[in-house]
Amino acid sequence: MKFASEFRDPTAAKGLLAAIAHKADEIGATGEKPVHIMEICGGHTHSIFRYGLDKLIHEGIEFIHGPGCPVCVLPMSRVDECVEIAERPEVIFTTFGDAMRVPGHKKSLLQAKAAGADIRMVYSPLDALEIARRNPEREVVFFGLGFETTTPSTALSIQQAAREGLNNFSVFCNHITVPEPIKALLDDPHMVLDGFIGPGHVSMVIGVHPYDFIAADYGKPLVVAGFEPTDLLQSVLMVLTQIAEGRASVENQYARVVPEHGNPVSLAAIADVYERRPSFEWRGLGEIDASGLRIREAYRAFDAEEKFGIGYAAGPRDVPEIEGCACGQVMTGRIKPTACPQFGKGCTPEMPLGALMVSSEGACAAYWQYGGARVAAE
Amino acid sequence: MCLGIPGRIVAITDEARLMAMADVSGVKREVNVACIADGPLEALIGHWALIHVGFAMSVIDEDEAAKTLEALRDLGEAQETLQQMAEGARALEGTA
Ligand code: SF4
Repeated sequence: MKFASEFRDPTAAKGLLAAIAHKADEIGATGEKPVHIMEICGGHTHSIFRYGLDKLIHEGIEFIHGPGCPVCVLPMSRVDECVEIAERPEVIFTTFGDAMRVPGHKKSLLQAKAAGADIRMVYSPLDALEIARRNPEREVVFFGLGFETTTPSTALSIQQAAREGLNNFSVFCNHITVPEPIKALLDDPHMVLDGFIGPGHVSMVIGVHPYDFIAADYGKPLVVAGFEPTDLLQSVLMVLTQIAEGRASVENQYARVVPEHGNPVSLAAIADVYERRPSFEWRGLGEIDASGLRIREAYRAFDAEEKFGIGYAAGPRDVPEIEGCACGQVMTGRIKPTACPQFGKGCTPEMPLGALMVSSEGACAAYWQYGGARVAAE
Repeated sequence: MCLGIPGRIVAITDEARLMAMADVSGVKREVNVACIADGPLEALIGHWALIHVGFAMSVIDEDEAAKTLEALRDLGEAQETLQQMAEGARALEGTA
């Protein structure tokens, strides 16, 4: 049986699945009337598909794939801005590889690179710093992308650049935060959510308290989870247990990595370098209050928006997303990827139309990769 | 980029910049240890850490490191991260 070989600890997984089924029956969850649990983090989405948890689990549990893949929520206009910066002759544009294939209105970074722009894929902002040291006559820009997990890395890199007086280094800051879009989803009257699986590595940085409002103000359980399959199953069970007992609180299944109050050095660096923008644009979700970060005045010299007069610093831009792309509806859990008219037709991992198809953490790519051919044929 | 990868700290390379050498699945990569440093850096040598985009973010035990690595391999993320490290090294030379 595939099941046994897929799991390192099949006995534990089976036990958890049985316990979940028991709890689901207890609260009356069925295929017609399922409990909706949103996994926020794209890493969790990937794991759920990789291990087929959505199929193994009791039919009364439905996973809603949340907005927690930074590449997937990147608006096209931000990609356009990256390309615009990258095409300046003096610029070396550095980015995580994940962002290379996200489509912009005219081109992706990969296409801009093919057309001659000096765009380099790096593993870390530290690589970008080193490129800046080695190329003093060039402007080295790092594309700061991601949630709280990667935010400390650019904050610490900017502090390092400031200490060295490395003035040819700047960051195009597109860092976003996890709690604010969850609030936006909870405020959306169309959204049906009964509980959350909270991100593990984001929480390693911020701790568990930024989610308190979800339990306190909205009465929904949230369990911070590791990304191994048994972690996820255990967390689902913890969410169901809260529902069964009629309570809502923030619990930490991943305490072996996630400290209650987060990582103090990271939090201090973030607070020193960044401040909240009044609002920030998310693909599929629109503008969300206080959900993005910008570089503080004190580090202005390292802010690519200021340096090149681009992005939010240059004023609001209203550029529509591509026609026929249902990314927004998929992201808010309103439809499944397979219900998008472009799925597997105009949009595949090789030729992504929408950002959810770009990264294996995106719901559409996950559907495609793990059974996509089958679902597409249905 | 979001999940990180376990690596073992094998040497301190630059005390002032809080940089250390980590062994990530047999690949040597310099990482920043600011987020896990409390006390003398030497004390970190031999320990495992979860490394996110070049920054050691959390000290983990050997057993957790092994489990995490196995899950990352299953997901294809470990291979991807090692590839990104190699790309990063090439980017320094301007050949990527
Ligand atoms: S299939 Fe493509 S276009 Fe449709 S929602 Fe998914 S990523 Fe967007």
